[in-house]
Amino acid sequence: MAEVMKRKHIGLKSTKPFKVRINAWLQKYGIPYLFISPFIILFTIFVIAPVFVAISMSLTNYNMIQPPRWVGITNFRILFTNDNIFLIALRNTFIFALITGPIGYFMSFLAAWVINELKFRNGFALAFYAPSITSGIAMSVVWLYFFSGDRYGLLNNILINLGLINEPVLWNIDPEKILPVIIVISVWMSMGTGFLVFLAGLQNVPRELYEAAAIDGVKNRFQQLYYITSHIMKPQLLFGAINSIVGSFGVFDIAVSVSGIPSPNYAGHTIVAHLYDHAFIRFEMGYASAVAVVLFLITFIFGRIAMKMFS
Amino acid sequence: MGTHKNNESKKLKKRKWFSVSWFFTYLFMILLVAFTSLPLVYMVSTAFKPIDELFIYPPQFLVRKPTLQSFRDLLTAMDSSVVPFTRYIYNSVFTTIITVLSTVIISCMGAFALSKYKLPGSKVVFQIIILALMFSSYTTQIPSYMIVSKLGLINKYSALIIPKLAVAYNFFLIKQFADQLPNELLEAARVEGAHEWKIFWKIAMPILKPAWSTLVVFSFVSNWNDYFTPLIFTNKQAMKTLPLALQTIAGGPGAVARSGAVAAATFIATVPTIVIFVIMQAKVMETMAYSGIKA
Repeated sequence: MAEVMKRKHIGLKSTKPFKVRINAWLQKYGIPYLFISPFIILFTIFVIAPVFVAISMSLTNYNMIQPPRWVGITNFRILFTNDNIFLIALRNTFIFALITGPIGYFMSFLAAWVINELKFRNGFALAFYAPSITSGIAMSVVWLYFFSGDRYGLLNNILINLGLINEPVLWNIDPEKILPVIIVISVWMSMGTGFLVFLAGLQNVPRELYEAAAIDGVKNRFQQLYYITSHIMKPQLLFGAINSIVGSFGVFDIAVSVSGIPSPNYAGHTIVAHLYDHAFIRFEMGYASAVAVVLFLITFIFGRIAMKMFS
Repeated sequence: MGTHKNNESKKLKKRKWFSVSWFFTYLFMILLVAFTSLPLVYMVSTAFKPIDELFIYPPQFLVRKPTLQSFRDLLTAMDSSVVPFTRYIYNSVFTTIITVLSTVIISCMGAFALSKYKLPGSKVVFQIIILALMFSSYTTQIPSYMIVSKLGLINKYSALIIPKLAVAYNFFLIKQFADQLPNELLEAARVEGAHEWKIFWKIAMPILKPAWSTLVVFSFVSNWNDYFTPLIFTNKQAMKTLPLALQTIAGGPGAVARSGAVAAATFIATVPTIVIFVIMQAKVMETMAYSGIKA
C-alpha cells in the first residue's frame, strides 16, 4: 500500500532535493527501462542507425579500404542515367511487385473471406497457408521440376503431349520466360502473406453488425463485405498491405534460384540483386547504398500511400 | 428466445449446405487448395522415390515404392565432400533456435514495458517501430555488414544471430497483444509486494503465451528460411545454412545425378516450418486478431 502511495506522490511537483527525485524516478522507471533496453539498443544499432548510415553513405564513394569520399548525388545520377542494368532491375522489380503484390493480397483476402465460412476451416487454412511458410529456395527447386527445360520437366511434358509445343521450352534460361516463371512461383508463395491476419480479423467482426445492417437494407454477402467488413478490418488490411509491399519489392531469393546472378540478359535481375552485386561482390558500398536508399524510398512511399488509404 | 434463435440459424446453415452456390464455393476452394498444396505433395513424394522412379520417363507425380534411400545418400554420400550435410542442418537448427529464443525474450520484455508502464518517450518509440515496419530489411544490410565485419563476427554464429534479434514486426506483434493485459492484475500483484521481474515472468508471460507462441512460429519461419544473412555474413562453406547448401547442391554440374539427394534436402529444409505451424496453429489464430495497425 505504501508503495502505491509513493507512486502517486512522485507524480506531483516535488520540492525534494534533486538526488531524492532521481532515486524516486529510478524506482518508478528504472526496471521498465531495463526491460526495454536490450531491444532498443539492438534496434538502434542494427535498424535505426543503419538507415541513416546508408543514406549518408549513398552520397560517397566507399570501398571499405580507403576512407569514404564525398561525391554528392553522383551515385543517384549514375543510377538513373548511366546504369542500364539498374534500370532493367527497377523495371523487373516494378513489374514483379505490381503483379505479385496485388494478386497475393487479394487472393489471401478472398481465401480468408471464403474459408472463414467453411467447415474444416483449420484444414483449409493450413493447406492454403503452407506455401508461404516454406523456404523460397526450397520451393524454387520444387517448381523447377515443373519448369525444367528438358522433357523431364512436367510442364514441357504436358505441353508436348497436348501437342501445343514441339520443342521443350527453356523456362529458366530463355530471357523472355524468366520473369514470368519467377512471378508464378512468387504468386504461389505470396498468397498466404496477409491470410492469417485477415482470417483473424474476419473472426472479430461482430455478428450483430451484419444483423443490424440487414435491417438497413444490406442484402447479400458482397454488400456486407463492401459496407461493413472492409471498414471494421481496416487495421488488418493495412498490416497486410504493408507486409505485401515490403515483401514484393524485396524480391531476391526466388529470382536468384530460378535464374542465377547475373541472369541471362539480366532478365531476372532485381533491385536487391543489384544491391547485392555492387555491395558484396564489388564492394562498392557507396553506390550500393544508393540502391538501398532507392529501395527504401519506394517501399516507404507505397507504405505511406497504404496508410493514407486505410486511415 | 435464445434457443429459438439458435434453431433459426441452424436451419439457415443447413439450407446453405446444399445450395448450388455453396457447392461452387467448395469446388473453387478445393481447386485453389490443390494449386497451393500440389507442389508440396510432389516435393514430399519425390523425396521418397527410389532412383529408378526419379529418372522414369514420362515423369511420375506420386511415389510408388517409397524408400529412405535419398536421405541415406544425402547424409552419408555427402560426407565425402568437404562439408557433410549434417553440418548445414546443425548450423540451421542451432542459429534458428538461439535467435528465436532470444528475440522472443527481448521482444516480450520490451513490449511489456512499453505497453504497461507509461514510460516517458514510449509514444515516440512505438511510432518509430511502426515506421520501421515499412523498411525493407535489405535497406539496412550494408551498414549491418560493416558493423558485423568491424566487430570481427564474419563467419561466426553470432553474425547469424545478433543482427536479427531486434525486429520491428516482432515487437509490434507482442505490443498489440500486451495492450489487452488488464492493469488491475499487475497492480494487485504489486500491492502484494511482487517484484517487477517476477510480475513479468509469473503474470505477464503466461497471459502473453498466445502472442509469443505466434512469434515463435513467425520467427522460426523467417530465420529458418533466411537466405540473405548467411549469404553475406559467412563465406566459409562450413558456416552456411540449409537454404544456401540446398542451392549449392541443386545447381551446378552433376545436379541431375544428385536428384535424389536434392529432393531429400528440399524435404528437410521445408518440413520443420510446416510442423511448427501445425502445432501452434490455434495460438497463432488467437494472436493475429490483434495484429492490425490503426493508421
